[in-house]
Amino acid sequence: MAADAVPYGRVTQKKSPVSDIHIIWMTAGLGCDGDSVSITAAEQPSIEDVLLGAIPGLPKVHLHNPVLAYEVGDDFMKFWYEAEAGRLNPFVLVVEGSIPNENIKSEGYWAAMGTDSKTGQPITTNEWIDRLAPKALAVVACGTCATYGGIHAMAGNPTGAMGLADYLGWDWKSVAGLPIVNVPGCPVQPDNFMETLLYLLYQVAGLAPMIPLDEQLRPMWLFGQTVHEGCDRAGYYEQGDFATEYGSLKCIVKLGCWGPVVNCNVPKRGWMAGIGGCPNVGGICIGCTMPGFPDKFMPFMDEPPGARVSSSTITVYGKAIRALRHFTNDTVNKEPKWRHPRPELTTGYTPRNY
Amino acid sequence: MSTITTPLRDSSSKSGKLVDMNWDPITRIVGSLGIFTKIDFDNRRVAECYSTSSIFRGYSIFMKGKDPRDAHFITSRICGICGDNHATCATYAQNMAFGVRPPNIAEWIVNLGEAAEYMFDHNIFQDNLVGVDFCEQMVKETNPAVLAKAEKKLAAGSNLHGYRTIADIMRALNPFTGAFYREALQMSRMTREMFCLMEGRHVHPSTLYPGGVGTVATVQLFTDYIVRLMKYVEFMKKVVPLHDDLFNFFYEALPGYEEVGKRRILLACWGSFNNPYECDYQYKNMTHWGRKMYVTPGIVVDGKLVTTDLVDINLNIRILLGSSYYDGWENSETFVRTDPLGNPVDKNHPWNQTTIPKPQKRNFKDKYTWVMSPRWLDKRTGDHLALDTGGGPIARLWATALAGLVDIGYIKATGNSVKMYLPKTMSLPEVEFEWKVPKWSNAIERDRARTYFQVYAACAALYFAEQALAELHKGNTKTWSDFKVPQDAIGCGFHEAVRGVLSHHVVIRDGKIANYHPYPPTPWNANPRDIYGTPGPYEDAVQNTPIFEDNGPDKFKGIDIMRTVRSFDPCLPCGVHMYLGDGKTLETHHSPMFGLQP
Repeated sequence: MAADAVPYGRVTQKKSPVSDIHIIWMTAGLGCDGDSVSITAAEQPSIEDVLLGAIPGLPKVHLHNPVLAYEVGDDFMKFWYEAEAGRLNPFVLVVEGSIPNENIKSEGYWAAMGTDSKTGQPITTNEWIDRLAPKALAVVACGTCATYGGIHAMAGNPTGAMGLADYLGWDWKSVAGLPIVNVPGCPVQPDNFMETLLYLLYQVAGLAPMIPLDEQLRPMWLFGQTVHEGCDRAGYYEQGDFATEYGSLKCIVKLGCWGPVVNCNVPKRGWMAGIGGCPNVGGICIGCTMPGFPDKFMPFMDEPPGARVSSSTITVYGKAIRALRHFTNDTVNKEPKWRHPRPELTTGYTPRNY
Repeated sequence: MSTITTPLRDSSSKSGKLVDMNWDPITRIVGSLGIFTKIDFDNRRVAECYSTSSIFRGYSIFMKGKDPRDAHFITSRICGICGDNHATCATYAQNMAFGVRPPNIAEWIVNLGEAAEYMFDHNIFQDNLVGVDFCEQMVKETNPAVLAKAEKKLAAGSNLHGYRTIADIMRALNPFTGAFYREALQMSRMTREMFCLMEGRHVHPSTLYPGGVGTVATVQLFTDYIVRLMKYVEFMKKVVPLHDDLFNFFYEALPGYEEVGKRRILLACWGSFNNPYECDYQYKNMTHWGRKMYVTPGIVVDGKLVTTDLVDINLNIRILLGSSYYDGWENSETFVRTDPLGNPVDKNHPWNQTTIPKPQKRNFKDKYTWVMSPRWLDKRTGDHLALDTGGGPIARLWATALAGLVDIGYIKATGNSVKMYLPKTMSLPEVEFEWKVPKWSNAIERDRARTYFQVYAACAALYFAEQALAELHKGNTKTWSDFKVPQDAIGCGFHEAVRGVLSHHVVIRDGKIANYHPYPPTPWNANPRDIYGTPGPYEDAVQNTPIFEDNGPDKFKGIDIMRTVRSFDPCLPCGVHMYLGDGKTLETHHSPMFGLQP
């Protein structure tokens, strides 16, 4: 009817109570920008899905990321100053790269972004965090450098690097009451990050409850299982069948794979579009999502000390099971004997009229 | 925004009044870079330029004492867009130090992975980062008259790429809303899938090892790769004419534009894609197998090929200080006195470098960046040449073209050009493209070469896939060779990162890393004035650049400077601030993010 010009389906569409939200993305930690590059690979959802409003119910998202921004220099930094002044409300702060310790030296900087107009000196990354974190609706650490320190925080490093929660405090809460959200990975798995962001946007729009995080502040649905639990080579492990050289399709735990004790979904999800990964495609798991990365996994190419006992134990059971399965496998690889071209029917059916 | 800086002291100038214009950070690059300039608006030229990097991480320091087998896992993390180039280069250095030669099929798998990396990275950088500098929104804001011309200018290749006018191409490049911008972004994903097939993960690979790869060589692996490759081949048949139309238009619309970003021809290429039949990773044979690479190593000075010898290239690398936040290492240990051929190795060579950071205040009259100044000693003249990579492709194509060594069916180096053949694809017939040595080393030619090198990488991949399948069909599926880590050894790896020369130098003592120094392309391009006062390539290229932008100081975007800097494909966290002299503050209006209209 003409009076009902609004299609009936439109009632399903609700406007977000928050119309616009900004994402201030700092890549100025000690990092490689690999997490920003990684998210350009995401398709579930893609960055353009989120920015162009392809997912219903979300606020309009304005992204300020230095790798992708149209603006340069002060035109770009303007959003940082607006956020600091409380005029960019609400915003989510994404931090990429580990946080150096600027207190261990007399002058200069380890990591900086922008220039202080009064002194002409660079503004340190740490100062930006101090300025922006208290104003942010949520703070997300993207990648293992930002979450736990990562490569740049390894033993012997000169900068005293650490993760964001080490810097702000593990009990830190945003003005909206959210803890730091950690999405580790070196780099972050593209869809893992975009999905976490999507969850937070749903939460802002009132469409999802508080994001479920574990003790290491990781989204539980992404990091609740181990690499091994999602690995398509776990069947070889169960049968005690271990690769002795790289390039084999068997379980590579004896070649340095830490999958059985690492929280990560990559073998299950693949790297992108279900393609690639780590042990599932022949790459040892070096524990790159973990707080203990990298030191506790080095040297990477040696069998993890803890794996020796379990892999030896499983070898006894596994060999027996493998033998039994081999026997059954032979059986099921043969067709039943009644499939033949001989002039007789041996299927068990007795014909009445032919 | 309203940041006001204490104006940098004006250097004495006989020309017009100089205005400090600084950009920090420079966006749409990877890494941290700041560009600080003095501009002579009266004469429309950049008078001075300083390039500064705002991040120090200390790889050479924290790698000491680590297991040498860990080097490729660690050094991959140096770069977030071409980390695999580092991992690959590290395995080259490991292979040399460990004395191991991977099986042929492993080399083809690495080459296929690295070819996919070039296809991906040049594509996303060209059309999603650099392309924005040429998009409709940007040209409207910087040179409205040029956009008006572009609206009327029919695109010569429109029957191939589908865009009627040059302005249509510019609109298609608008960030996120532009059709070609989005198509390129999607293509950058498919090429990364190709990469992940070979090297496991992007950008830090999981399946590379010294001695070969962990990738399982199956029929499916190559099917999945080739099907995607052929889609990319079809894509490139449209992209080359599209970019040629766009770049040619800038020369035509802005006479003199060849001066933008122009510097002396000082190009370096360390070679890419090892030939498994020839490369045994032994230093004593490096001159030979370097010349068998499928991208020829070479140094081009003033248009002449000076050398293609990797040993010569290696021995004459010098790392200089001058404006960087480090102390010198003249009193530190000399790790390598002679190379395995008995040639002396300089104290300022990466094998002998000791990194001693000294954080301090930034002072453009003294020390102002974390980047050191790599140079190449030209024995003929005694000059420490500030070679650049031109972002990678222009140097690779130039060296390969002049050397005339590559001839693999899909690619033929002729001595003054590189010919590339793309076979028939789903909807387009076979095509041949030819990259000819250009007249200048400038911004537009660096960008143009990038497009042509995307084709080169695809052509090389077609050849590598054939070679890999031949190995597979012969039953040669073993992808890794075993090795022992020696107690004492040295090694070096030479490769082309996407944006140019990459070397890794390692010294092993007592089975551990005693010294490790990677030299990626960006230190070569983004370095500061060295101890002799020679500026780095960005500084040099920007310093000579004329200004074509219509805007005066109050609305200055610095687009010609941005095109210059981005033509080098910067890969460090860099920044650019914009300050005006006389303490004057820029008034800017809110620009919509990513070109999206609210």
